[in-house]
This record gives sequence, structure tokens and C-alpha cells, in this order.
Amino acid sequence: MSKLIISLSPHVHGGDTIQKNMYGVCLALVPALIASLLFFGLGSAIVMATSVVACVAFEWVITRFLLHRQSTILDGSAILTGLLLGFNLPSNLPVWIIILGALFAIGVGKMTFGGLGQNPFNPALVGRVFLLISFPVQMTTWPQPGQLTAYADATTGATPLSIMQHAISAGDASILKELPSGLDMLVGQTGGCIGEVSAICLLLGCAFMIWRKIITWHIPVSIILTVALLSGLLHIANPIYADPLSVIMSGGLMLGACFMATDYVTSPMTARGQLIYGICIGALTVAIRCWGAYPEGMSFAILIMNAFTPLINTYCKPKRFGEIRKEANK
Amino acid sequence: MNVILIAVIVLGGVGLVSALVLYLASQKFAVYEDPRIAQVAEVLPQANCGGCGYPGCSGFAGACVKAADGGSIDGLLCPVGGQAVMEQVAGILGMQASAAAPKVAVVRCTGTCDARPHGVEFDGAHSCRIQNMTGMGETQCLYGCLGEGDCSHACLFGAIKVNPETRIAEVDETKCTGCGACAKACPRGIIELRPVGPKGRRVVVLCNNKDKGALAVKECKHSCIGCGKCVKTCEKFEAITLDANLAHIDPDKCKMCRKCEDACPRGAIHAFNFPPRKPKTVAPVNGLQTTDNGQQAAAPKSEV
Amino acid sequence: MKTFKKGGVHPAECKLSAGSPIREAALPKQAVFSMFQHIGAPAKPVVKKGDMVKVGTLLGEAGGFVSAPVYSSVSGKVTKVDVALDASDTRRMAVYVDVDGDEWEASIDRSTTLERLADHPELDSQTIIDRIKQAGIVGMGGATFPCHVKLCPPPGTKAECVIINAVECEPYLTADHSLMLEHPDEILEGVELIMKAVNVTRGYIGIENNKPDAIRLLTDHAQSHPNIEVVPLKVKYPQGGEKQLIDAVIGREVPAPPAIPIHVGAVVQNVGTAFAIYEAVMKHKPLIDRIITVTGKSVANPSNLKARLGTPFQQLIDECGGLPADTGKIIGGGPMMGKALISLDIPMTKGSSGLLIINQQEARRAEAQPCIRCAKCVTACPMGLEPFLLATLSSQHMWEEAEHNDIVSCIECGSCSFTCPSHRHLLDNIRLGKQTVMGIIRSRQAK
Repeated sequence: MSKLIISLSPHVHGGDTIQKNMYGVCLALVPALIASLLFFGLGSAIVMATSVVACVAFEWVITRFLLHRQSTILDGSAILTGLLLGFNLPSNLPVWIIILGALFAIGVGKMTFGGLGQNPFNPALVGRVFLLISFPVQMTTWPQPGQLTAYADATTGATPLSIMQHAISAGDASILKELPSGLDMLVGQTGGCIGEVSAICLLLGCAFMIWRKIITWHIPVSIILTVALLSGLLHIANPIYADPLSVIMSGGLMLGACFMATDYVTSPMTARGQLIYGICIGALTVAIRCWGAYPEGMSFAILIMNAFTPLINTYCKPKRFGEIRKEANK
Repeated sequence: MNVILIAVIVLGGVGLVSALVLYLASQKFAVYEDPRIAQVAEVLPQANCGGCGYPGCSGFAGACVKAADGGSIDGLLCPVGGQAVMEQVAGILGMQASAAAPKVAVVRCTGTCDARPHGVEFDGAHSCRIQNMTGMGETQCLYGCLGEGDCSHACLFGAIKVNPETRIAEVDETKCTGCGACAKACPRGIIELRPVGPKGRRVVVLCNNKDKGALAVKECKHSCIGCGKCVKTCEKFEAITLDANLAHIDPDKCKMCRKCEDACPRGAIHAFNFPPRKPKTVAPVNGLQTTDNGQQAAAPKSEV
Repeated sequence: MKTFKKGGVHPAECKLSAGSPIREAALPKQAVFSMFQHIGAPAKPVVKKGDMVKVGTLLGEAGGFVSAPVYSSVSGKVTKVDVALDASDTRRMAVYVDVDGDEWEASIDRSTTLERLADHPELDSQTIIDRIKQAGIVGMGGATFPCHVKLCPPPGTKAECVIINAVECEPYLTADHSLMLEHPDEILEGVELIMKAVNVTRGYIGIENNKPDAIRLLTDHAQSHPNIEVVPLKVKYPQGGEKQLIDAVIGREVPAPPAIPIHVGAVVQNVGTAFAIYEAVMKHKPLIDRIITVTGKSVANPSNLKARLGTPFQQLIDECGGLPADTGKIIGGGPMMGKALISLDIPMTKGSSGLLIINQQEARRAEAQPCIRCAKCVTACPMGLEPFLLATLSSQHMWEEAEHNDIVSCIECGSCSFTCPSHRHLLDNIRLGKQTVMGIIRSRQAK
């Protein structure tokens, strides 16, 4: 018989692993990925493949040759970053820009801070915002859906978000009539980034993650409700602001609320903290969309709140067992 | 031209106002600090190790100044800088530095893997304190080195390392400052601070086993079994005492005759930094004592 | 169905020995009685080498108020009073007895007739507590806190109800379950005795609904005890934790330490303790044996054994088909809170609720990965703590910070380590921090 093992309790483990969680999120992204392939065809396939391969490759190179650590590419986090980065890009983006974005996402967004679990900001969003600021033209021209064989040559057009912003800046509510129908936005038959168009597929993935207990409901629900509430109020106050349903289903809101803001590493740990985080992201998103220079506010809102996460963690403690009675007795 | 003028006026104004605020704040919130504290802190090693018992070097400097105002800085010692630094400190404060013996950490365990088999395997966070919570740990000895290296984590000078072969912590005497951080970190109290001794020589019981003899024999090949043979050989100097089945050598009384080392049937007593012995001779005694066999008293001093 | 509100996990139940009847284990050849079978001051040996003892002879008297006496569970000759390896994996004072025959002290009533409290009006609160104290009864769920201490509420507190812990939320263990199935009346009488001892008229027995047969049986038998209510509970670990059980059964939360359950009016005892109390008070039988579950996936014959204290674990495992060849870890108690043992020569003690053999594949923890801040430990913690933070603070030796984050509230249930997807050694570090912080608090109070 080999040596007995001793350790402190507990002696059993629930069997949950990082891989299960990471690949669980990847699986939850599959419906949206399929939808994007149906709408953007070849362009989507090229961008997604490039993004994932580049992220995994950079992770491998950095862990292997720069940090001299055991390679962590199999834990699924690099694949996830690649998927999410790809989802946040237009389907006609040149390959070299995508590779640059992946390098920034993995290299600067994640590895400079020490790798998995250490990064203060969501790496995929860091990559996306880097590209958005560096290549504003390429990053803000979105192909129209339905051009299955087109890539760089795809014809581009307005997205729901640009229509909304145009309506606000022109102060003309009739422009909003150009918005695609609610059904089109729900399914994803609109222009936009690869992964963000199909609200229904993203919600499906989100439901899957909540069912598998990968995430809790707090962040997505609080973001979506806050955005709905605020944009509803604005819509009632002044009809140049779009109706809440279109706001929720347009742009990267669903993708951000369900997949980007819920990133483990950069979101608060307690339920109360997650609600505060979600509400703030929702409010910031509405503010940037309505009054900011960019049509889309989700990525900035999430990155801003990522910076506040340590603060929220410090001040939002979970309610301790027996806490209320303790105060009542005082 | 006008634009430049406005810029100069605005920026200059902002600068002036800020300067005024800073000046007022520095006046209002100024804290008086004895200038000697900074002077003393300057000669300290700035390792902020806490080995002196104060929070960092500036804390120690403050304590020195306070003690000097009280009349004496006796009892204060920077273990890192040692006597030399304390003399400098005393010079700044106009005091006389008292002589304090420099110390070195000694790991009182020689239970190597051969001597003390690891019967079970610990699986958990790599920390001696945590392994110690399991009870016995990996070996049968409740008092021996756990080998997870809490001491080396505590050491700021890289002076103590766990030897992966023996799985026992070893002290690098050239680096050890005797600050005692490792001794505090060890959950089993194995590490003892001993005076470095003349020419670095010292004789130490390298075991911490307080079990009764029969049990101690089972637990480790090098354990002190409390047989008392060393106590008998040291009757003249009374340097060795036996407490809870464990011998201890008082460094102040030890005359470095190394007789106890030979007397110990377990090989638990070790002499550090002595010249290698010639075959058949027993101890390089320091000339003071007369021994039973006179020829051994003539120790080979030339080897030193 | 009721359960506690905050946190909790669902380990695989693995109740392999459920439904197997209680078997009497054979007498050992040599029994070793540790003087440290309870929390508090150790017992003081009162026998010496060469003494002849019977079953029920006092071996060690209580070493203080928070302490319990130790009785011999065998008859024979004391061979030595010396240190012995015990269930804490350290060597501590113990009495060795070489077994010879099975002779019992005359004072012990060995009949199986049911004695009812209603038929013994002479038993008042103090008498019951005295007999419990004398019999050396401790919490049998594994915590081994001397029982009589809990039955003497500190000044300023008043017991309102008695809650019996029949949850057995630890995976694998079925000792309490089998006890309930075989001795429902004795248990109910034991509950009556506890209620009488603390002068309350309300008793609850909390049972998780993975034991429907026990719930049914006890509910039937409890009809003749109108003050006792059987409360079925939803399965969730750590429902057997005192504070969680009180929350589940009567919906009150015990405040943070130093508050104890009595501050919300609850006295919690294990179901095994209730049975032992019945035997001690009605049959004058000190605590000399208990039910222990011997189990494990590779164990040939997982069983519930009624074994004498002091029996070496080796013998118990031999009675259940011997030690499997692929043994990786031997655990005294359940897999969530039990202690890994370094040897099978260790004798069983008052707190030995189980002997669990884990095979080599499952024995080793997976390698710890970096924390991904998934907050699953925060969700799982039944005390509303932040295990990830406490573990980090402990490993960085930031004791003050750890104290501010309520590290002493930790009940060491292991839900955090169990749930961590990165397999981090959360509880290892938290335990270290809790121990250190409690030491700091004690020394501060001593000043």
C-alpha cells in the first residue's frame, strides 16, 4: 500500500473546476455564434477564428517564453477571451487589426497583471476599447446582415444604435422609425458587432449559465432592468429617446450584461455588490448612449465599473449570519 | 499676444493660489519630529525587518532617541546591523553602546528523511503552521521540522532554506542576522537564537523532542532521549540541563570542550564551526580546563 | 420544507451503509482510553498499572467544569498509563487496558425494558444533569463538547426549546439514522429528559428528508410525546451545524461569537447524545459505547457498528471486510469535517461518528489554481463570510484585518473548499487564521 494521505477537512470536493466554468460560458456563447454565422457568414467565421486562435497563441507564448510558467491555455479562459473579443468586433475587420486586439487583450489586459484572476479589467473589453480608440473608422462601420460570402468587401450600413444617436443629435423622433422591427432585433437581423446582434440567443446562453450555476442572476438582471427603467423614463419625457425595448435589444447591451459584465474576475463578489455594480453599469450605459460621443456605452460602462469593483468588494460585505439580531440587541 | 498674456495670467494665478494653499497647509499641519530620529534612521540598515521588536527602522530610531532622552540605550539592539550600527547610533545620540552578543538562528532538528521516515503524506496548503494543525504531521515526531518552509518565508535575508533532500530547514550563517523572525514563524518552536560564540563556535543540542526515551528512539534516529549522559559529562561546568526529556546547553556556561558531543549516544549534539578533528583526538579545548587525559588538552590550535 | 437560509452546498450523499442494521462489534483485545475525548480540560487518570477494572469503572475523573470523566468500556487489567496516539493524530495521555472477559459494574442496568420519564417523578432537573455529568456524556455528533455544560444555561439566559440534531448532513455517515430506526422510544425519552433538565416544554427533532423512514417512525412514536415535534428538513449541508439547525427549525439566527445558541433560547443536542442520556439517566450506564459508521466506496461491507470506546479502528475495519488495498486516506468522522488519521491503531473515542476509507483516486486534492474570483465560496458560506478574502488575509498573516472580517464566526464546515472551482485550500488557511485570531483575542482579554 502506498503512503496514506493526511490533510485538513474537507476531504471531498464538489468537482467544480475552472475549466467547467470557462467551457460552460463558451458553450453558452454557441447559440449567439451560430446566429452570427447565419447573419454574417464568412466574415464572422474569419474574425472569430482569428480572434480565438490569436488569443490562445498569445497566451501560450507569454506564459511559455515570457513568464516561464506552466502553460494555461487549456483552462479555457484564453479561448473565452478570444470568443468575447471576436463577438465585439465588426465582421469586416482586417485580420491584422484583430491580431493586434488579441495581443492587447491578452498581453496588456490579462498577463501584465499576473494572468488569470489578477486582471482588474475585462481583457476582451480592454482589447475592444483599444481597437475602438486606435481604429475608430474600421471599428464603427458595420456590415449589414445577410451577406454570407462577403468579408472585407461587405456593404456597411446604419446600426440601431447609430440611428438612435442620430435621432437624439437631430432632435427628431421621426428618425427612430428607421429602426428595425422588434422581431428583427430580437433575432439579430440588424447591423452590429458579430456577437451582439441576436438578443434571443444571448438570453438563451445567459439562462443556460444561470441554470448551470456558472453565474447568478444579479448582474444581468440589474443591468437590463436599470437600462429599461432609465430609457423608459427618458422616452416618456422626450420621444427623441428610443423606447426601452429597442434600447435593451440594440447594440452590445445583451452581450455586455450577460457575458462581459458577469466576468468572474472583474465583477464584485457579493450579491449586494453585484446589484450595485449592475445598476451603475446600466445607468452609465444609458448616459453614454444618450449624451456621449460614442453610440455604444456598454464597454466603457463595464470598464469604468471594473475599476470600482475593488471598492465595492471592500464596502459591500455579505450579510453575516446573525447580524441583524446583533444590532437589534445593542 | 493677448492669448499668451491670458494664459500666463491664468496659469500664474493658479500656481500662486496653489502655492499659498500648500504653504498654509504645511504650516498648519506641521508635525515636529526630533531631527535625531532621521539621523539615527539613516545609519540603520533600512531592512524594516522588525527584528528589533519595533515597527520598522524608523520605529526603532524613535525608540533609540526616546531611550537616549531617558539616559541609556542599553537593551536596544539592531540585530541586522549589530554592534557596529549600534555604536554609530550611540555616537549620534552621545551615548555609550553596550556590548551585546550577536546571535544566530539554529534549527534544532536533524531528523532527516533517513532518520525520521515520512510515513504519511500531507496534502494541503504549503505551510508548516497548517501542517502542524493536522497533529503529528508527516513523520512520527511531534517536535521535529515540518519542512514546509514558514521560516524561510519569514526570513527577509534569504538566510534560511529548507533542504529538499533532508526536508529540514538550514541556516546560512553568513546571511543570518539573528533577527528571530524565523523563530517566531516556526509553529513548533524548533529554531533557537544562540549567541554566535567565539569564532562562530558553539555546541548545541539539535533536537526538540520532549517524548520519553523509548518513544523518542522509535520516532527518530537522531532524537534526544533524555538519557542524561551529556549532563554527567558536563558536571564540572553545569552547562547542560535536562528538562522534559530534552537536554539543553546553556551558551553562557558552555566551555566548548565538545565532550558532550562525544558522550551523546544519539548524535543529537552538534558542534558548529570547529576545525576538523584529527583522528583519535577528542576535543580542541580552549586551554583553560584540565582533562582526564592530558594529551588531548593540547588541542591543534594551528588548524583554526 | 424548512432549511437554513444562507449558503450551503449539496455533497453527494454516498450513504452506503443506510439501512444496514446496527451490529455489535467484538470486544477488542486491548482497549486504549484517551483522556482527551472531549473539548475542555483533559480527564485525570485515577487508575494505575496493575489495577483491575470492569465495564463502567471510572478511569479518569473530569479535570474541571468543562470536562468529562472517562469510563472503562471493557473489563480487564490496566497495563499502563502512558501517552498513546489518539484521534487528534497526536500522542496524549491514555489508559491501556488488556481485556479479560466482559464483567460489568453491578450498578449498570443492562435490561432493555423501556423506562419512561413519566414513571420517574423523582427525577428533577438537577438529578438529571448530575447523572449526565457523572456518566461523562459529550456531544456525540463529533464536536464532543461536554453535555452537562450545555444544559446549565449561563446567568442571564433562559432555554426556551430543545432541538435535537438528527440531521446527519455529513455524507457517508448513517450512525444516527440507524440509531433512530432501532431505538425511537429511547431517543424520545432522552429528549424528554433533556427538556426536563433545562425546564422547557418544547422539543424539536430535526431530520433531513433523505431519511423518510426515520421521519415516519419517529413521528409515529412521538404521538405519545405531545411536546416533541419531528421537523423534516430539506437536504443541505451543513444543516447539522448548531447555528444552521436553529435557523432551520425555529428561524432564529445566533449572533456572532461569543454568543452561543442559548442566547436565542435554544439547546441543541445530537440524537446520539439523547440516546446516551437516556441510558445514563435511566440505566445508570456511563458513556462506554457508541454507534459508528464504518464505510467507504471500497469497503467490502459498509456497516453501522455498536462498538466499545477504546477499540482500535483496525479491528472495526476488519469487521467490515478489512482495509481495502486502494486505501488513500482514512478519516475519523465524515468527509466534510472529519479528521484524516495517520494510523489504524488509533482507538475510537466518544466523538467517533464514522470511520471512512477514501480510495486513492479521491484521496488527493487537485492542484490549487489561482483564484478566479467567482464568488462561489461567498455564495456557499453558511455564515455569510467571504472565504476567499479570509484565506488570503490568513496566508498574508494579516490577523487584524481577518478579525475585522469576522474570521472567528467561521464554523469550519468546509463548504468553501468543497465548492471552489480552483481547488484552493481555503479552509486550511482560514482555520489557521481563526486559530491565531482567537489566540490574539484571548490574550487581549487576559490583559
